[in-house]
Amino acid sequence: MNDSTVGTLRPKKNQILTLWMRNQLADGSLRDDLMSNDDLRAQSVELLDCLFDTLTDDTLTMPDAPSLSPLIDQLTNISMSRARQGFTPRETGLYVFSLKDALLEMLRHERKDDPNLLLTETMRISKFIDSLGIVTFESFIQGREEVILRQTDEMTEIATPVVQIWDGILAMPLIGTLDSSRALVVMENLLQEIVRTGSGIAILDISGVPTVDSMVAQHLIKTVNATRLMGAECIISGIRAEIAQTIVHLGIDLSHVVTKATMASALKHAFGTLRIEVNKSAARSV
Amino acid sequence: MPIPATIEVLTSETFAILEGSHVIQLTGQIRQQASQMGMSLLDQTKLSTAASELARNILVHGGEGKAQLECIRSNSKIGIRLLFSDRGPGIANVEQAMQPGFSTGIGMGLGLSGAKQLADEFHLTSVVGEGTTVTILKWVND
Repeated sequence: MNDSTVGTLRPKKNQILTLWMRNQLADGSLRDDLMSNDDLRAQSVELLDCLFDTLTDDTLTMPDAPSLSPLIDQLTNISMSRARQGFTPRETGLYVFSLKDALLEMLRHERKDDPNLLLTETMRISKFIDSLGIVTFESFIQGREEVILRQTDEMTEIATPVVQIWDGILAMPLIGTLDSSRALVVMENLLQEIVRTGSGIAILDISGVPTVDSMVAQHLIKTVNATRLMGAECIISGIRAEIAQTIVHLGIDLSHVVTKATMASALKHAFGTLRIEVNKSAARSV
Repeated sequence: MPIPATIEVLTSETFAILEGSHVIQLTGQIRQQASQMGMSLLDQTKLSTAASELARNILVHGGEGKAQLECIRSNSKIGIRLLFSDRGPGIANVEQAMQPGFSTGIGMGLGLSGAKQLADEFHLTSVVGEGTTVTILKWVND
């Protein structure tokens, strides 16, 4: 009888694969909509090949061993690609843990005469697959975090549009918190548009900014000052009642900035500055 | 002499302040908690703005730290208490640091004085070389 755990299991690779695939396909949560059974099989074969290529009895108790890094890398890739494909953490976890069932089932068959050895080996394999499970989990989260990071980047880009609402008047509705990196994008976009359109007035609307603390106020003041240096006037609109009171309590001085409660009143002010008159047309006679 | 009111902590939650996005998360959480407890919109804004100032102070001066959000009760009043602590360099001259407009950083120097104005109670302890702890408190409809 072969004393080596891995040595005993290695020749049974194909049977283990069959058991593993059976476990996976039997599971109610199988996502054949996300991955075809053929692809799943190919992925499982590849992982199992890698497992038996790298694993020895010694490394079974040392999941951090450098010789196992090809296995860990492959598992990380599988897990991250699954995260992007939209698998749930449970489904990805089950993928790895169903391998444990297959390995243990094979081992029970091979060691049916030696319960003591079976117990020790079961514990070892169980622990090893658990640590693979942890790797899967970590990389799954990392995969998700990359998705979140990408979305955050996209959001910063779309959340700072500059629109020309009248000839010579620009408006920039700000939504969300104005941190330093976003404040920079805001200022850059606004100044660029002022040059491009030759506008004389820019309205910065902060209705959608939840918190105006001294840092946000400082960014706003800098933007207003920069606009002035370009020869344009900047109006800050959308100052809600509670924001106004908070600004006063904080001791922020916005007296040198033109501020308005609503975008409409800011537009009216801009019309006044540009000497534009908007009138209702007389009713058309029939 | 008034009997010192005992404060009972109903719930307590700790948040790590390591980067800018944590400040936004914290203020959002405070807003949600405050509105659940029935705090007026003005007081919600005041409290979350004060929290934003103090959490940013942690990032600017202390590097990193943590914030503790507590719902408290004292006699018949309920409120929110926030504790901000870091292991930064500490404040050498607290009196000077509390002056509006005084800043050792690049900000406007309104953080500490502003937070004190916005909160109902404000308490600061700082040991040079060990760190700073700021506690603020806001009662619901006080």
